[in-house]
Amino acid sequence: MITICVLFPDLLGTYGDGGNALVLAERARRRGIDVSLTTAQLSDDVPDADLYLLGGGEDGPQRLAADLLRRSSFPSRVEDGAYVVAVCAGLQILGNTFAVEGDDEFAGLALVDVVTSRGERRSVGDLAVRVNGQLLVGFENHGGRTRLNGGVHPLGTVVLGRGNDGRLDGYRAKNIWATYAHGPVLALNPWLADEVLATVVGHELQPLFTAADRLYLERSKVLSL
Amino acid sequence: MTYASTLRDNVASVAVRAVNRLSRLTGRGSGTVAGGRVGMRIAPDLLSSLTRGRTVVLVSGTNGKTTTTSMIVAGWGGHVTTNETGSNMPAGHVAALVESSSSHVVLEVDEAWLADALGTTAPHVVVLLNLSRDQLDRANEVRQMAERWRKALGAVNNPELSVVANANDPLVVYAAEVAAKVVWCDVPTTWIADAVSCPRCTLAISHVGTAWHCTCGFARPTNITTTLGRDLVIGDEPVSLDLSMPGEFNRSNAAVALSALRCVGADLREAVVRINAVQSVVGRFSVRHWNGHTMQLLLAKNPSGFAAMLFTLPDGPSDVWVAINAQIADGRDPSWLYDVPFEMLRGHRVYCFGERRLDLATRLDYAQVEYVVVDDISSVPRASATVPLLANYTAFSEWLARSDA
Repeated sequence: MITICVLFPDLLGTYGDGGNALVLAERARRRGIDVSLTTAQLSDDVPDADLYLLGGGEDGPQRLAADLLRRSSFPSRVEDGAYVVAVCAGLQILGNTFAVEGDDEFAGLALVDVVTSRGERRSVGDLAVRVNGQLLVGFENHGGRTRLNGGVHPLGTVVLGRGNDGRLDGYRAKNIWATYAHGPVLALNPWLADEVLATVVGHELQPLFTAADRLYLERSKVLSL
Repeated sequence: MTYASTLRDNVASVAVRAVNRLSRLTGRGSGTVAGGRVGMRIAPDLLSSLTRGRTVVLVSGTNGKTTTTSMIVAGWGGHVTTNETGSNMPAGHVAALVESSSSHVVLEVDEAWLADALGTTAPHVVVLLNLSRDQLDRANEVRQMAERWRKALGAVNNPELSVVANANDPLVVYAAEVAAKVVWCDVPTTWIADAVSCPRCTLAISHVGTAWHCTCGFARPTNITTTLGRDLVIGDEPVSLDLSMPGEFNRSNAAVALSALRCVGADLREAVVRINAVQSVVGRFSVRHWNGHTMQLLLAKNPSGFAAMLFTLPDGPSDVWVAINAQIADGRDPSWLYDVPFEMLRGHRVYCFGERRLDLATRLDYAQVEYVVVDDISSVPRASATVPLLANYTAFSEWLARSDA
């Protein structure tokens, strides 16, 4: 039995990010793994969970989410080893500071040594990232430029699109996956969904064939041309 | 008669018509955009001069623009100038205005162009339907859109202007509350996922039934003049709404359309009869035939529109066709499929069409909905009944062109 918690989908869920929770729960269920899916609403304290999901959001909500999370038990839970998948605004919030309307150095949670400044222009379009031997495909829509400080590993190198800075995308800490590929990135990349799931349950998973396999092949072909 | 008053405007108007005819004749376009662009290059103030002296109603919002525009046109009666092809940016407005000189004008306006249109067309009425997530790759953020509307409406210096606004959509209220004269409409609005956090202060908005408020004081307006429940009441006048078109959202659109017509002095009893008779709008809700199939075409472009359309479907088991593209006019990013409650289709069999049918199939698979990926559209088995076909923008146009009445 594993517990997955979607954090503040009302604030961070602009781009179908809720899809990632659905994908993980369904891929676990089809393998006979029990999953409890919970949602932390604005007025709730952050509940206990094995894996937290952080989505993307607009400036105002992102600022509020960062404030709420900073005051909650979330940072200590992550430091104690809870897993996190963070996309877009979620990626920025876990870092030291990020830029929002009216403040170029808004305090993040400082769980990862990264800093996000305002990019020269908005990055909107398809994103493809080489992650070890795999290709991650997705779509990005953000105005940030994220710098990884010493010792922080990127999730991968950008093949198409911009990611953190045109060269690298996201970061990968011991218990955190972060990427600018927003929305249902785990739906588009079944291999990444399974990598996260296998890590959280602590053992290898049986192979699973889903509609996502064909989608992944198609998007990989389209985006790596 | 033309309202273009200067020689330059006249030249520009002639050019608009000429280029648009050429565009239609050569089959290069629907003939509404190219000419408008040429005209505005010749006379940059063309929109202002073409609307001068005419009674202008603007309609904007994420969903229901085209339908509401066409209801206002039908309800007003007689000859009305309008951009019925849905070209809802300045070039399309110019094209509509040079083609017809009626003193009654109803223009559908793209959300991002509303601020612009407020300045150039000096409208008597602005209708604000709703704001929700749509084409985020193009418009970026829906709250920013509300902010832009608010700024533009706050800057308008026109005592004639009435804003007809949906009181149940917090983002619309945030935009409209700064206007001098607002006609608030209490119409069923199901999608509030984009207004959970307060547009004024970002804290959580409490929703209880249709009422809502934030601790900062931002709240649903109380001075409501249009109420749509089982019956429609505008001012103190009951209006007998009985639409030919399906869907709760169309009743909301009609209530707002009639409220706008009241602002321009139309007779509501006559107007509602004409609105009740509208069967379909630019193919939307029309029953079409193709390759032995009979389909009802339903346009659904974004999560809120899709959710509203899914509610109109009969309970399963039956076949449903869904067609999804991700061209520029659709938004290049189909992530929004995960914000659509496709779980509602459990019990149906869904045929997946369009360029992004695999994205759709994946979404349906994870929603535990039975699906068929249609790679060859001629291979679909014939259903015995009329099959609902939900399609987003460019997919809808393809199916409308492909099928017959």
